[in-house]
Amino acid sequence: MADATLQHDTVQHGVPGAYEAPLFGAYSKKVGMWLFLASDSLTFGALLFAFSYNRLYTIPWPTPFHAESIANATIMTACLLSSSLTMVMAVFAAQRGDRAWTRNWLLATMVFGTAFIVLHGMEWSKLIGEGLTIPGFPKPPSAATGELADISKNVPQFPATFFGLTAMHMLHVTIGVIYLGVVAFRKWFLPILGVLWIAGYLLIPADNVFHYGIHALLLGLIVGAVILYLKPKDYDAHDVEVSGLYWHFVDLVWMFIFPLVYLMSTKIQ
Amino acid sequence: MMHDTATHSDSKVTYFWVWGALLFLTAVEVVLGYRQVFQPVRMLEVLIILSIIKSALIIGYFMHLKFEKALMRWMLMASVVACFIIMYFFFFPDAGRVHDLGVKWTGQ
Repeated sequence: MADATLQHDTVQHGVPGAYEAPLFGAYSKKVGMWLFLASDSLTFGALLFAFSYNRLYTIPWPTPFHAESIANATIMTACLLSSSLTMVMAVFAAQRGDRAWTRNWLLATMVFGTAFIVLHGMEWSKLIGEGLTIPGFPKPPSAATGELADISKNVPQFPATFFGLTAMHMLHVTIGVIYLGVVAFRKWFLPILGVLWIAGYLLIPADNVFHYGIHALLLGLIVGAVILYLKPKDYDAHDVEVSGLYWHFVDLVWMFIFPLVYLMSTKIQ
Repeated sequence: MMHDTATHSDSKVTYFWVWGALLFLTAVEVVLGYRQVFQPVRMLEVLIILSIIKSALIIGYFMHLKFEKALMRWMLMASVVACFIIMYFFFFPDAGRVHDLGVKWTGQ
């Protein structure tokens, strides 16, 4: 033991950097994810600042969100907050080495995330059906005469910033659900993703924007397959913790989008 | 000492309290927003302050930054906050100019 200690000390001091303590006191994957999240927060920061600028600069600003929309967005917020709690439980289970409960908590997180995406998709479809549209995107016939059609014509920056910001966030949530699915189920998740993609494409009407948006799942399937087949591995507690950092970030961003986008545009009854 | 994973002695109960606090703050935001308690600029300020409190809880507890090394905490937060401050000076003086010109908010 004494030899081993001596040898270890020799290596530490003789070869600079070989066993040097990490600068940030964390493993490299975690530091890498934090750096990515710092850069991603600037992307969302720019979008949120642009939205807030338009909100203050445009007079009058449309207020299309009535009680039903606010209730829906509040439930979506509760889903994301609850998903963060289940994600924390997944990290705890992974640190205990409890693989079954790690998978269960990750699955619960994915269910909350999927509920968020479905609720958001329904909200989007309803708004588009009422006439809140941006040029070049598919829309149902009812959009031309809907009660929000005037907003799209007179204040086009509202649908542009609303859909731009929320689409970026929805994409992040979708990537997060796929990421957690890969960590929890590895290769078993790929056929599930494939079935969801095909089912979504066939079942969502062609005049709905998600008929094309569902192809994000195909992209996720391809990227997931490349990662899983090129570098197959058994994901450990570190991987679960790093995936949790990404998931909490998605939750964090929504904490700004919900009040700024929805609550600042409520319709007075 | 290297802090490999979040193996500190915080209990799960803490996370349930944080989750409850986040839900409560969300409810406060909904009430303030739906009842339009303040004028838009003041409302924006209040909602942003509440959002910053919520984000601090998420970053500190759920993302475990509270338990990381001080160097990591300060490097990450200082760089991101500095960029947001720069963005603020890029965007808001002009948005405020329209408000300062006296264009009235109709509320519709």
